[in-house]
Amino acid sequence: MVNDTALKLDVGRKFSEAAAVGGAVIDLAAAKAEEKAKFVCRGVRVHYGAKEALHGVDMDVPDAGVTALIGPSGCGKSTFLRVFNRMNDTIPGARVSGSVLMDGADIYAKGVDPVLLRARVGMVFQKPNPFPKSIYENVAYGPRIHGLAASRGELDAIVEGSLKKAALWEEVKDRLKEPGTGLSGGQQQRLVIARAIAVRPEVILMDEPASALDPIATARLEELIDELRKNYCIIIVTHSMAQAARVSQKTAFFHLGDLVEFGDTRAIFTNPKDQRTQDYITGRTG
Amino acid sequence: MTDARPLADRAALARIARRRRGEAAFRTASMAAVVAAVAMLGWLLVTLVGSGATAFYQHVITLDVALDPSKLDPTGARDPAELQKASFRPILQSAIYGRFPEATGRDERRELFALISVAGATDRLRRMVRDDPALVGTTVRITAPVSDVVDQLLKGRIDRKVDATLRPVSDRQIAWIDALRASGEIKARFNATFFTATDSRDPELAGIASAVVGSAMALAVALMLAAPIGIAAALYLEEFAPKNRITDIIEININNLAAVPSIVFGLLGLAVFLSFFGLPRSAPLVGGFVLALMTLPTIIIAARSALAAVPPSIAAAALSVGASPVQAVFHHKLPLAAPGILTGVIIGMARALGETAPLLMIGMVAFVTEIPSSLTEPASALPVQIFLWSDSPERAWAERASAAILVLLIVLGAMNAAAIFLRQRLEKRW
Amino acid sequence: MTTLGIFLSLIFESLRFFAQVPPLDFLTGLQWSPQTAMREDQAGQSGAFGAVPVFLGTLMITGVAMLVALPIGLMIAFYLAEYAPARMRAAVKPAVELLAGVPTVVYGYFALLTVGPAIRGFAEAMGFAVPTQSAVAAGAVMGIMIIPFISSLSDDVINAVPQSLRDGAYALGATKSETLLRVVFPAALPGIVGAFLLGVSRAIGETMIVVMAAGRAANLSANPFEAMTTVTVQIVAVLTGDQEFDSPKTLSAFTLGITLFVVTLILNVIALIVVRSYRDRYE
Repeated sequence: MVNDTALKLDVGRKFSEAAAVGGAVIDLAAAKAEEKAKFVCRGVRVHYGAKEALHGVDMDVPDAGVTALIGPSGCGKSTFLRVFNRMNDTIPGARVSGSVLMDGADIYAKGVDPVLLRARVGMVFQKPNPFPKSIYENVAYGPRIHGLAASRGELDAIVEGSLKKAALWEEVKDRLKEPGTGLSGGQQQRLVIARAIAVRPEVILMDEPASALDPIATARLEELIDELRKNYCIIIVTHSMAQAARVSQKTAFFHLGDLVEFGDTRAIFTNPKDQRTQDYITGRTG
Repeated sequence: MTDARPLADRAALARIARRRRGEAAFRTASMAAVVAAVAMLGWLLVTLVGSGATAFYQHVITLDVALDPSKLDPTGARDPAELQKASFRPILQSAIYGRFPEATGRDERRELFALISVAGATDRLRRMVRDDPALVGTTVRITAPVSDVVDQLLKGRIDRKVDATLRPVSDRQIAWIDALRASGEIKARFNATFFTATDSRDPELAGIASAVVGSAMALAVALMLAAPIGIAAALYLEEFAPKNRITDIIEININNLAAVPSIVFGLLGLAVFLSFFGLPRSAPLVGGFVLALMTLPTIIIAARSALAAVPPSIAAAALSVGASPVQAVFHHKLPLAAPGILTGVIIGMARALGETAPLLMIGMVAFVTEIPSSLTEPASALPVQIFLWSDSPERAWAERASAAILVLLIVLGAMNAAAIFLRQRLEKRW
Repeated sequence: MTTLGIFLSLIFESLRFFAQVPPLDFLTGLQWSPQTAMREDQAGQSGAFGAVPVFLGTLMITGVAMLVALPIGLMIAFYLAEYAPARMRAAVKPAVELLAGVPTVVYGYFALLTVGPAIRGFAEAMGFAVPTQSAVAAGAVMGIMIIPFISSLSDDVINAVPQSLRDGAYALGATKSETLLRVVFPAALPGIVGAFLLGVSRAIGETMIVVMAAGRAANLSANPFEAMTTVTVQIVAVLTGDQEFDSPKTLSAFTLGITLFVVTLILNVIALIVVRSYRDRYE
């Protein structure tokens, strides 16, 4: 059962890739519709116990670029973020309903192994959470558990490559054996990004990644995100509207568990359609 | 999306299957550990109940005994003092020999006599005669415990099928026992002796009364000492003591004392109370002192956390209406912390009740056949009694030990249940 | 307060002991037979108070106990902290802690009359003879007693590991056991070491189980299936019954007592420091 669905997931992905490179695909119209969407969410609801935190969200997350989720505290944006890698599964009492298709395959289908899903959808958290291990081990952890490296040399290459992609290599290459917890906050956050990249995900979820950082570290992180968006689909939850405006191409505004407005970042910030969005970005509600 | 992605290929699927199996194995192992621990607890309890429950009943034999004046009172004076000195053994022998006249040989008769608890039966006869000297010359019907071996046989603890040379009862004895059982002369009844009698050299006559009284006395002493001192110390440390190096050291000290092996407290008691102050050995008073020392840290720690759990706003409210700090503590904080403190005291006392080693040190291992009537008389304690009985070879002692353990566990269970009840009430409050 | 009292009285008695028996002999001697010394009171009793076999016996039994308690206790902690549903946890935790509430004399009885014979029977079925009183029987039962110490403390410690670390591992696609073993366990290790040390100190100081189930003869052997003695057993053996207060025999018990006290104190202090520094790290 597990294997079947995982295979299906895989097939779904190949299918859309094939469509993207313009290969011969029979149902071209369906493939076209999904071509740009990495995730297709329909009627996503999340319950924590008896409380409903998300009231049915429909949203297509584009395959390329950065999508920002904004909104006041408690609006459900972090909850929504955790829908994409099924992190809500780890919270006792949390239930997700509705459908979330990733490359056309339902990630909540019975038998989908969240472990495999999370290898394809990486995540970075609000507070940097390096493991209490060396810098090297932090990055090597994911490839190890997923068996991505056949040899020590390969693993070294993955670690180096990931740290380079996370723009951390130059700072830490001489002290890979030192504990990851000894780095500065900004470095820790980049280490955690390197850790996520090392598993070679397609998507990186970021949950207010800069909220614990100082302005200089934040600026570096934003540069990094801008760099990463070339290779990864990034979904970022942020508190700061300025940040959303700087790093994202698409923005979704959440309010009290509802998706209020979703569109190009520029359009949302210059010409919001909904009064609530307007109030929020002009600072009338917070 | 640039890299070729090996994730969901067949190798990855095989790997995830293996990882999932590892996950399941680990989870199962962790559950197995829980099951093992609970099973051990279960095994312990089942063993105890299995071996101890039978001690709560006992087999007794009914015998008609002729109180032959020529043996009991050769002078004919019926002097009560003389009567008490007389040997009741011969008349008891005649009674049982009379029941089975076919047993004539010396060995046969010895075996026959061994069916009865001699000490138990003669003691009963002596008391009857003391209460009513006129009985001499008549025939009385007495009910006395059978000997421990017979009791064990009837409870099925001695295997009849084992070769006669390897079991403590002979085939002849088994025949007599079965005959007496069939005729109703031997029957089972509730073993009241176990609760009313003191320790004895004969298991069928042994009881826990002296040990229970000894334990109760020692516990009472410990409670009287440890509770007030412990609560006072907790109040001082939590409410009034300045926070400095000395109180810091005291605090670390108290935490450490709670983990000091109990036998060290016994050594302390031996050196200080017995050797230095010259208090009597084996006395519940000294036992209480030692147990008090042992439980003090527990009580102090529990009382402090109970006091700390009272919201500071309550003390602030009291102070704001003009109460002095001492009044605020005694009128408001202490009553609110009382259930928590009481819980700590009960748990400390429960631990003290089960404690054996320090009591061994101060000599509360005496063979005590009198129920102690004062705090300085030699006494035993329930756990020590269990220890002594466990060390004796006869099966009947092991049965008694199990039964005593059951009594101890029931008391401890009740104390802990009370503590839990109090804690829950406390938690409901805020 | 009381610590000082214990310390002074034990020091005092020990000094008197060492006045009669050279400390070096006590610490390195291979013979322990205080009863002999009692009879030859005036003789030099060279070697009669060599505590090495007693210490080794203690070590052996503690080792067996920890061998039982550590894996089971840890696995229980893992289960309770990471796997058990709330209702299960509420039922299992007190049940396991009941094991800690059973008086030690009960465990001693259990070791002597149930576990000891069971091990002997098993060994005989396997074809070799084992006495009822053995280091294994005492150690195994002591291990059962210590399980709740390890599991409760480790459970607390594991729960104190920040959720963010777990989330980090889950988000990388780690399974629960992978997260537990490679992320949570290393993070909780200092606290678990603290729990382990407290368990060891408990095992060293435990008296009744070993008095009843381990035997009294000082036996210099590496075979856990033999009867062995421990520090606490010797204290009890020497001090039960009437005795005068200044014979080297009695004083030896106090010396053993102070050794015990100092060793457990050191273990406790280390454990407390380790646990405290661990708590500070994660607030």
